[in-house]
Amino acid sequence: MQITVLLFARLRDIVGTSELTRDLPTGATNKMLWDLLNEEFKELKKYDDIVSVAVNTEYSNMNEILQDGDEVAFLPPVSGG
Amino acid sequence: MSRFFLTTNPINLDEVIEIVLKHASIQSKSTGSINAFLGVVRSPNLGKRVLRLEYEAYKPLAVKIFQQISSEIEEYWPGVTLALHHRLGILQVGEASIAIATSSEHRAESFAACRYTIERVKQIAPIWKHEFFEGGHVWVEGALADPKNKQLREETYQMSCK
Repeated sequence: MQITVLLFARLRDIVGTSELTRDLPTGATNKMLWDLLNEEFKELKKYDDIVSVAVNTEYSNMNEILQDGDEVAFLPPVSGG
Repeated sequence: MSRFFLTTNPINLDEVIEIVLKHASIQSKSTGSINAFLGVVRSPNLGKRVLRLEYEAYKPLAVKIFQQISSEIEEYWPGVTLALHHRLGILQVGEASIAIATSSEHRAESFAACRYTIERVKQIAPIWKHEFFEGGHVWVEGALADPKNKQLREETYQMSCK
């Protein structure tokens, strides 16, 4: 299944793009998607414990199972205001 | 103009206050107090001369989070109305990055709700600042965003009422 990934701030700098797509097997979770990106972009590793995730513009968690066409955003620690 | 808004244009505090007053009036709320807060770009920061900030956001989620904060306020302080505009893009030192206006019948509630709102924005809004200072630049990384953290929310409420 096809998943769109959005990246922000430092995560975007590490990956080098704000948006990409990845193919994942049915039943894959946010965690599996994150791990897949981790293999490609080693610097993401240090965000393992501090990254937040949103699916289709709702905050989610790493165990959520993805559906074909989902849009997943990985969010580094926030600093608005 | 909407109550919850992210824009690359300069923030207009008068407009945010107007919006909150209008919304309170539509809901037939009695208004005896308005609190307004502006966050501005600071220099020096942590001993370094700041040249500029660049803000970015996951906009559709940020608007939802502003609405969530508004619902949280409604739970803690029924009758309070909130408007919140956040600036994005390049900001110079002294420019406003966020404007918050809260209104209520009596002053205690609007003071507390205003403080609560800025703290919650810093905790859970998907917004990031890229700080450019003399000699370098860094993405500022504050809180791990977890809107479902009830304990943090409760602590923020307690702190806002002091």
